[in-house]
Amino acid sequence: MNDPDTKLHNSAVTAMVFVALLLAWEVGVRISGVAPILLPAPSAVARELANAPGFFLRESAYTVVSTLAGFALALLIGVVLAIAIVGSRWLERLIWTVLVVLNSLPKVALAPLFVIWMGLGVAPKVAVAVLLALFSIVVDTVLGLRTVDPDVTALVRISRAGWLREMLLIRLPGALPALFAGMKVAISFALVGAIVGEFVGGSSGLGTVILIAQGQFDTTRVFAALVLLGIIGAALFHLLEIAERLLIPWHLSQRSR
Amino acid sequence: MIRVSVPCISIAGGEKLYPSSRGAIMALRGIDLDVADGEFVSLLGPSGCGKSTLLRCIAGLEQLSAGTASIHGQPILSPPDGIAMVFQRDALLDWRSIIGNVVIAAQLRGHRAALYRDRGMALLERFGLAGFADRYPWELSGGMRQRVAICRALLMEPTILLMDEPFGALDAMTRDDLNVELIRMWQASRRTVVFVTHSIAEAVFLSDRIAVLSRGPGRIEELMKVDLPRPRDLGVRETPAFAAHVAHLRAVFTRLGLMTT
Repeated sequence: MNDPDTKLHNSAVTAMVFVALLLAWEVGVRISGVAPILLPAPSAVARELANAPGFFLRESAYTVVSTLAGFALALLIGVVLAIAIVGSRWLERLIWTVLVVLNSLPKVALAPLFVIWMGLGVAPKVAVAVLLALFSIVVDTVLGLRTVDPDVTALVRISRAGWLREMLLIRLPGALPALFAGMKVAISFALVGAIVGEFVGGSSGLGTVILIAQGQFDTTRVFAALVLLGIIGAALFHLLEIAERLLIPWHLSQRSR
Repeated sequence: MIRVSVPCISIAGGEKLYPSSRGAIMALRGIDLDVADGEFVSLLGPSGCGKSTLLRCIAGLEQLSAGTASIHGQPILSPPDGIAMVFQRDALLDWRSIIGNVVIAAQLRGHRAALYRDRGMALLERFGLAGFADRYPWELSGGMRQRVAICRALLMEPTILLMDEPFGALDAMTRDDLNVELIRMWQASRRTVVFVTHSIAEAVFLSDRIAVLSRGPGRIEELMKVDLPRPRDLGVRETPAFAAHVAHLRAVFTRLGLMTT
């Protein structure tokens, strides 16, 4: 399963399926004569991208930056909160209550509030991204920090390691696989958050591009932005998978790769 | 009998109760056991007889409900100094290399790993694992993993080694190998060892004395001295004296209704 030939073969199959779908779309649009305002052909979308590469690159970069900033902040806050939850029963009750209430709110509906608070710059985008990404990181990290082999717990107690050494030597490294599971969910949420933030206010980013193009019924441009969002989402996810392979090669899910 | 020195481990009137929804369950009752310094004592009994519980009480992981447990006269209220434990499942950390899994014993006690690397390597070499120091636990067989767990336990040079069915999950041949390696290690260092097992042959081969436990509640039915010469090797198992010890223990278990003839 993991020899290079099969890997190459798998990538080739994926590429072929992708090309076939694009071809079917192109042919379908040309034969049916559907109006470009409803469904532009892939070739038209590609032309749109090629005509203004600098513009699309700039807007993409803006969205990627707010996504990554939101993700990084959510990761930092999420891990700290998870450690606090695992470390103290009192903090656990406090933090869980706040998190659950926060998570039951449709966070998208909070975006306008952030615009009022933080203005039209990058800050509200980052804030929405943090809010959307945080929950899955906290939940998965708490699970990871709590899952310790009882024999290892006995080893820790016999060694009289104390809370800090147990956290650093046992719990945190042991929680990495769960943390990565949470991060993979969170990165997509962070991207959603960044776009939602752009929808409610501001003048940059792919979300804004979509909003403006929608107002002008420039469907081709909407599609161009969507394609870029798809590429960004897939690339961010893939980067996390690479990091996972490098950082936890020991984990069961990574061994056969 | 006049006692000339304080025993290494001493349990007197040991009793352990576990609360449950249908009243308390008595896991251990009337346990009296002294283990001398440098002695190898096995706790032998069927599963559920409380032998692991007794070991955990000596380790300070649990407290007796009644009676006293002490090490060199000091009551055991929390995990005492100078003990190490080997578990049935090796409890190795997947993310650490083999040498990393050995030196963690030092790191958990707040020492720097680098200072203990040489000692860890020497231990691995003694157990035939020198070439595996930079591998990971999942790349090793069950017997090799358990050897690593023993190296980890020995790193801080404990005076008391507690072993909770350490070879119970291994196949018979690997188990024989590890028995021999353990006895060699013990003969070279003469640490105090308390060894939990349900294998009669293993207990006779390794021990100076064997405490036979029965269940419901767990109590010591018999304390048997093993009169076999040391140093021992696997050949001792072919001798009539060895067979006599095994036969006697079988008879004890049969009398207790724990074994059919």
